[in-house]
Amino acid sequence: MTTGSRSPWRQPLALIGAAFVVLWVLVAVLAPVLAPYGPLDQIADKLLEPSAQHLFGTDQLGRDVLSRVIYGAQVSLPLAFLLVALSAVIGSVVGAVAGFFGGWVDGTLMRLADLVFAFPGIILAMAVAAALGPELRNAVLAVVVVSWPSYARLVRGLVMSARNSEYVAAGRLLGSSSIRTMVVDLRPNVAGPVLVMTALDVGNAVLLLSGLSFLGLGAQPPMAEWGSMVVSGMDYFDLWWLWLYPGLSILTVVLAFNFVGDTLRDALDPRTARALRG
Amino acid sequence: MGTLLEVEDLTVWLATRNGPRKAVDGLSFRVDSGEVFGIAGESGSGKTMTAMALLGLLPHAARTTGRAVFEGRDLLSMRPRELRDVRGRSIAMVSQDPSTSLHPMLSIETQVTEHMRHHLGIGKSEARGRAVELLSTVRIPDPERALRAHPAQFSGGMRQRIAIAVALACEPRLLLADEPTTALDVTVQAGILRLLHRLRLERDLAVVVITHDLGVMSAVADRICVMYGGRTAEVGPRETVLTHPRHPYTRGLLDALPHPEGGAATLRPIPGSPPSLGAVPEGCPFHPRCAFAVDSCREERPEPALVGSDHRVACPPDPLGDTLGDTA
Amino acid sequence: MSSAKPKSGTSGAGRRSARPGGVLLRFLARRLAAALLLCVGITLVAFTLTQLVPGDPAAANLGQQAIGDPAAVAAFRAKYGLDQPLPVQYLTYIGNVAQGNLGMSQQSHRPVAEDLAEFVPATIELALFAIVVSLVVGVALGVVAAVNRDRWPDQVLRVVSLGGVSMPTFWVALVAFYLLSFKFDLLPGTGRLDPVMSPPPYTTGFYSVDAALAGQWDVMWSALGHLVLPSMVLAVYTVGMLMRFSRASVLEILGNDYVRAARAKGLPERVVIVRHVLRPAMVAIITVAGVAFGSLLSGAVLVEKIFSWPGVGQYAYRSAVNLDLPGIMGVSIVVAAVYIIINLVVDLLYGVIDPRIRLS
Repeated sequence: MTTGSRSPWRQPLALIGAAFVVLWVLVAVLAPVLAPYGPLDQIADKLLEPSAQHLFGTDQLGRDVLSRVIYGAQVSLPLAFLLVALSAVIGSVVGAVAGFFGGWVDGTLMRLADLVFAFPGIILAMAVAAALGPELRNAVLAVVVVSWPSYARLVRGLVMSARNSEYVAAGRLLGSSSIRTMVVDLRPNVAGPVLVMTALDVGNAVLLLSGLSFLGLGAQPPMAEWGSMVVSGMDYFDLWWLWLYPGLSILTVVLAFNFVGDTLRDALDPRTARALRG
Repeated sequence: MGTLLEVEDLTVWLATRNGPRKAVDGLSFRVDSGEVFGIAGESGSGKTMTAMALLGLLPHAARTTGRAVFEGRDLLSMRPRELRDVRGRSIAMVSQDPSTSLHPMLSIETQVTEHMRHHLGIGKSEARGRAVELLSTVRIPDPERALRAHPAQFSGGMRQRIAIAVALACEPRLLLADEPTTALDVTVQAGILRLLHRLRLERDLAVVVITHDLGVMSAVADRICVMYGGRTAEVGPRETVLTHPRHPYTRGLLDALPHPEGGAATLRPIPGSPPSLGAVPEGCPFHPRCAFAVDSCREERPEPALVGSDHRVACPPDPLGDTLGDTA
Repeated sequence: MSSAKPKSGTSGAGRRSARPGGVLLRFLARRLAAALLLCVGITLVAFTLTQLVPGDPAAANLGQQAIGDPAAVAAFRAKYGLDQPLPVQYLTYIGNVAQGNLGMSQQSHRPVAEDLAEFVPATIELALFAIVVSLVVGVALGVVAAVNRDRWPDQVLRVVSLGGVSMPTFWVALVAFYLLSFKFDLLPGTGRLDPVMSPPPYTTGFYSVDAALAGQWDVMWSALGHLVLPSMVLAVYTVGMLMRFSRASVLEILGNDYVRAARAKGLPERVVIVRHVLRPAMVAIITVAGVAFGSLLSGAVLVEKIFSWPGVGQYAYRSAVNLDLPGIMGVSIVVAAVYIIINLVVDLLYGVIDPRIRLS
């Protein structure tokens, strides 16, 4: 009766999600082949409505919106992967150290994580991005700054519960060093949940990053980035094709990753799943 | 005494990963009004599923066949709304562990009175008055004060008394008590059993006691049904079943009990373990563990057959029939 | 945060805890102390952050020409105390904060406290509206999904909730604005009031409440109307979040013996769900609602920009891009205060929902 017993890959939601992820990755890789024009080429009249010639219309500089949306995948996807990887690595290391050593190390690191948690993500990211300067690279850093604590909490919890389990104690008795114990024995228990969390987090990363670009703190014009396309489209608010399609791209990418992540989470055991949800 | 509940050929199918499986298989028994009827069996024998089926509280994916006629109406073919009017009103339930069956966040007053007010359509103050009476009936000290309290403020035995008061609130005709004493200390057990005995005499209440504990059974039951693998092994009056068992399984259960006079030597566990859901063997479900099994036990499903006054046994070879089963 | 386990006490009803009030007060005092510590922590982080970074407030606020003028830069620094050593700057600041002085904003040239008194209520009004909507809708849909577990309503609602948490807030705002306000003119679009109206006299800073207090009913309706669109947009994410979580916690409660016992009492399913299931499920749900309120503040930054809503998100944005140190610090303190208040409210609600917490 439980869904947990079924393989997540046999569920339609996960399949649809995975298909869209693959599709978007292909779009990013094959952008030069797929896009009818270059992302910066001013090839037509300005602000043309969608037509057979320009499926998504053209923007205020006469660039083809479809081409820019396609090239946008080349910006958002790699950056999202990169910053999720960075947050996962940083957060996991911090969490593992805190969970393994406990005591004041744990106390200090987790209070720090609480502090970041208490702050609304985008406001903190905004402060960081504004302080470092409005650049895409800095926006990525800003998102990493607000994203690592969830990994730290998750990994800390997993490490602490695994640390108390018998086989790790047995390993210690057999004389393996602390570091060795941590890496070799705990890795299998921690890797699964962390991977699920990264799947769920790619969506958030895309949202945060495009949000910062929307605020003008991330990608700068003329770069074909979805968030900044939406914000420049806002100036021509009644010309819906300028902002509709980039936003729809963000939505489908995020939704695809969330479909996959959510199904994977359900496939995990309930206790870990709860840690991921809360 | 008239018949209150007549269960005929009750079969419960539960959904499992490998498709539907029988948890109860063709069970038949009757309960007379005002009697205590015991259903005994090891865990997994289908006793709890039987109670859940009668109340219509099986999991969504479960299916039932057969009949369960209560006061002239078949519980199993009732629509959910009709069954809801029977539940808590005419048939009430007391479950195993009062620390989990009472709601931790609702006051005792709410829990004792909410279904009273729903089923009997009485007002808050009348329901409250009856609740005070009920709590004194089940011997809760200072009932007025107890109504304002919450379950966490009571001990296990007190909680089970409250749970019984909850069950009795609408003056039901039948009480289904599923392992009512298992979660309690031995000293507290006796008090609860005495309470059930007294209530049944005072209120003309029929009680179905479901337990794995034959000791409890011998203390309260008028008649006993022994279940194995979702089927009836033996059913009859308490004296007959407990002193002259005719089914090898009943005999095995009795032999596995500590005997007051004997030492540990008289303790004889039944070899093997009860079948799990969906792995009930062909033929007599007990044959792999039975010392008396013959070839026919492996092929034919035995039906309970009358062997004495109101005494039915599902064991055609009847190896214990002549000895009367009284050799210890 | 997990709820308190019931103690397997052996006392009867006669021995109840004597002074529940005293326990509660001590508990609140402890929470308050922790909260103050957090407040100091947040300001310290915000302060450190603004110091560690390469941006120069003088450059950001004076413009390119003035930067070439050392005298102007020095005057700017002296005016805002930027020439003092860092620990001194921080301590001076904290000292001032304790007296209710948040300093002068470098971009509005007004006291930050005055600015915030205007901008903060606008956001809180919006966020409160949104959280109420999210709780009602999110919990209701979560319950529907849970009681129909694995059947089609659950599957559909799962997609709905994942959709909710996958939508870029700024884009939803544009779509909603375009369709509901611009195209079909069903709802008022930008700002907090119709342009012809002037704000009601300041009491709480919530226009809807202030207008009602002043008896200006047309202003109140206008204020409420202007809240609908931005708060609905904000709620999209939190509805998705609360729905998924409510489903999980209702499912967890549904497995309990006491739910079966409630059904065995013949209560209507509606009563079983609302009284016996939802109440314990709410303990977990309000914890998440607190987190959701925090995420509303994040969303507000984006939504306020689109709906020209003069809220703290806009203020934070302007302070951040101008490197207006007192402004950023002021916003940090507000955020910390909001966080503390949310946690206090959540703790109090625990006590309301679960009698065991009041009694233990």
